[in-house]
Amino acid sequence: MPDSVAVVPFVILAALAVGGGAMMVLTRNVVHAAFWLLEVMMAVAGLFMLLSAGFLALIQMMVYAGAVSVLVLFTVMLTLRRREDAERSLDLSWSAGLIALGVFVAVGAAIASFVPPAVVAPAVTPGVAEFGRALFTERALPFEIASVVLLIALVGAVWWAGGDDR
Amino acid sequence: MALAGVLFCIGLFGALTKKSAVMVLMSLELMTNAVNLNLVAISRFMTPASMAGQFAAAFNIVVAAAEIGLGLALVLALYRLRKTVELDRIDRLKG
Repeated sequence: MPDSVAVVPFVILAALAVGGGAMMVLTRNVVHAAFWLLEVMMAVAGLFMLLSAGFLALIQMMVYAGAVSVLVLFTVMLTLRRREDAERSLDLSWSAGLIALGVFVAVGAAIASFVPPAVVAPAVTPGVAEFGRALFTERALPFEIASVVLLIALVGAVWWAGGDDR
Repeated sequence: MALAGVLFCIGLFGALTKKSAVMVLMSLELMTNAVNLNLVAISRFMTPASMAGQFAAAFNIVVAAAEIGLGLALVLALYRLRKTVELDRIDRLKG
């Protein structure tokens, strides 16, 4: 790696992210899992900060920690009829564990054999202003496509979740 | 990157094992986050000036948000129809 990030915050945030992810998968309560997911999202936002991607950290906090977690909690609350329904059996299976482990070994091997090319880091890492300028000039077309995707998803979500009277 | 790999595999494990549709969607979000983290990390260390990975991650966030919105709307519609979110019991394509 040409240069590195600060070690101590990285270790703390990485431990928070991995621990939160493990707790999310292993907890028995759906509501608790939603809150663990929220914790993972915030840890990943911190990691984005650490990787000098401040704008993405902001987006991450707004979209995931704000919108997505509220949406998940709404759905959980709406689809539970009783409080006891939140408690679930742990339903872990060996085959899924084996598949995940296999993918992990494959990814780990790929990472281990990956040799990063020597890159000269710029003196100043580009900030939010450069990000915005590039977003609206050279990447304006994907930006517009993304907005169309969001619009279609919005209409589709309202259509699916909408009332029965159609 | 190893961290992103670990997160991705936890998410994959969750997506494969969970029986509640909402939990599967949450695991998918975890996997998307791992991918985003990897994109940003690679971009930070390999193309720091052009921020290519950051743009990819930003559009990935857009697509993931659309996906979770549609997925949860679908779960709500299914719940209204079948009164369950258990994937094992949603086995008919035509009710």
